[in-house]
Amino acid sequence: MNGNQALGRRGEDAAAAYLEHLGWNVLDRNWRCSEGELDIVAYDGRRHVACEVKTRRSKAFGHPLEAINERKAARLRKLALHWAAANRVPGARIRVDVIALVCQGDGFALEHLREVC
Amino acid sequence: MTLAKTRSVSLVGVDGFVVDVEAAITSGVPGLHLVGLPDAALNEARDRVRAAIYNSGEDWPNRHVTVSLFPASLPKKGSTFDIAIAVALLAAAEAISPFSCAGLTLVGELGLDGRMRAIPGVLPAVLASANAGCQTVVVPRANAAEARLVPGIEVVPVASLRELLCLLRDEPPPAEEEQSEPSPQYGRDGLAPRCPDRRTDLDLTDVRGQAEARRALEISAAGGHHLFFSGPPGCGKTMLAERLPTLMPPLEPDAALEVTAIHSVAGTLPPDQPMITKPPFHAPHHTATRAAIVGGGSGRVLQPGAVSLAHRGILFLDEAPEFQGGVLDALRQPLEEGEVRLSRVEGTARFPARFTLVLAANPCPCAAAKQMDCSCAPGVRRKYTSRVSGPLLDRVDLKLELTPASRAELRYDLEFAESSDVVAERVLNARERAVKRLSGTPWRTNSEIPGPELRRHFTPSREAMCAADEALQRGTLSARGLDRVLRVAWTIADLADRDGPGDDDIGGALALWNGRWT
Repeated sequence: MNGNQALGRRGEDAAAAYLEHLGWNVLDRNWRCSEGELDIVAYDGRRHVACEVKTRRSKAFGHPLEAINERKAARLRKLALHWAAANRVPGARIRVDVIALVCQGDGFALEHLREVC
Repeated sequence: MTLAKTRSVSLVGVDGFVVDVEAAITSGVPGLHLVGLPDAALNEARDRVRAAIYNSGEDWPNRHVTVSLFPASLPKKGSTFDIAIAVALLAAAEAISPFSCAGLTLVGELGLDGRMRAIPGVLPAVLASANAGCQTVVVPRANAAEARLVPGIEVVPVASLRELLCLLRDEPPPAEEEQSEPSPQYGRDGLAPRCPDRRTDLDLTDVRGQAEARRALEISAAGGHHLFFSGPPGCGKTMLAERLPTLMPPLEPDAALEVTAIHSVAGTLPPDQPMITKPPFHAPHHTATRAAIVGGGSGRVLQPGAVSLAHRGILFLDEAPEFQGGVLDALRQPLEEGEVRLSRVEGTARFPARFTLVLAANPCPCAAAKQMDCSCAPGVRRKYTSRVSGPLLDRVDLKLELTPASRAELRYDLEFAESSDVVAERVLNARERAVKRLSGTPWRTNSEIPGPELRRHFTPSREAMCAADEALQRGTLSARGLDRVLRVAWTIADLADRDGPGDDDIGGALALWNGRWT
């Protein structure tokens, strides 16, 4: 596991902790299928949410949210539907959120973008 | 708040339209989405604004931002919306209070470093916002003098986005960064500025002889009548025409504003002198195309042509028969209507074009000093003269055939020749008479009075009209020609300080209208 992967792992842990803190139910972590991976899938009490977690050490190469473009959003949407199918959850009600983390001191500055698609 | 609104101005021709710029932050894929018929330059605003916001020390809102330019149906071009987009964006992201920018109108292009760049067309943009009832307009500092020409609106010049944001937040402005912006004042076409006009040292005393032509110049200056000089080379046609502006009074404030607005759009405004107060003098070369004369250009970048740049001034076409076919006849409609309307796919632009036309031509290609020395075949001669078409000449009030100045005139006339100042004095008096008579109407000079109005209210006595009626009967004078003769007759009467044209004035006007262009 290289530095970036370790950072990503730490970011995902922090994001999961944040979601638990919100009172959401984290159902799945690093769910994989043939087309890719979903970082976190949670239930916010009303809907299922597929969360993409993006962590960066600094903003030097741009804010992590800038890495989310139309193509990536479409891919996440597709993965979310795959997850819904695999878990027998109505796909129409699932949504995609993005959680961006930037290192700040020992912890992270966290930004949560709801309903990206 | 995730919604903010401010205003900017879109220019179509020399008319400005106030455009609402709205920014909304909603859920969705992060990015800036520009809607409302932007052109290529405006679409690039996305990147310019982003760099400018970063380099002004602000945070870019990493959200789904929609910027809408309303009315959506109006095509918008250029980079003048940059600053409005940036401010609306930051207000929607709550970096500044949305209320601070709601009442503002903002025009200006942003540099990548957040600096406000000067733009063409500031004057018409500020005029449009003043007419739309805006209170405050923000302009680039380099355009401040031009913007301040408009009365009744507060102008806030800013040098950079950072300075504007400080103003909106009621913070002290940032320390002046290196103020000396290297600004080689290039025109819009990227060419170096033209040399200062040499009109300042011209005077009518320079012209020797040509008493008739001087008189015609005086009448033209007093009434705004079109002129046509024909004659052999070297007799002073060009000299005379170039001295016409020295006889004309300075532009009145509203006319000066109109003229300045056109030159502001064309990007030909001298940087040190924001207001054009002297009547412009425009002399395009005879290779000019139709688009160069009436205005045009492809797509949304419509540029005013020579007729508009000569608005309220003089359009001088030297060597008129040498112009390409069709160019001269393209003048016919602007001559009648005083404006040019250019239609393109995106819409119609309007440019004012009320100018005094001065044409100069040689009588034939060989242009011998004496007509008996002419070596041109009759057919060649006819072909040459017919290049200035009848319908165009029908619209020219004063036609004159010049002869070379005699030896005596060349030697002695200098001492007796009137200077421009003396003639300008008479012209001014005549113009004041006309203005007094025309008070309560939108017209200022005799040449602007429309035909029906002229026949209804300004008809001379029956006896005075005798000569004109006869010419009409014979068919040497058209109905339009009659109107033109009447207008010139009024100007001659104004110059002579008479209350109305007598038979002498009408006879004189008729002689000038007839002229002889062989």
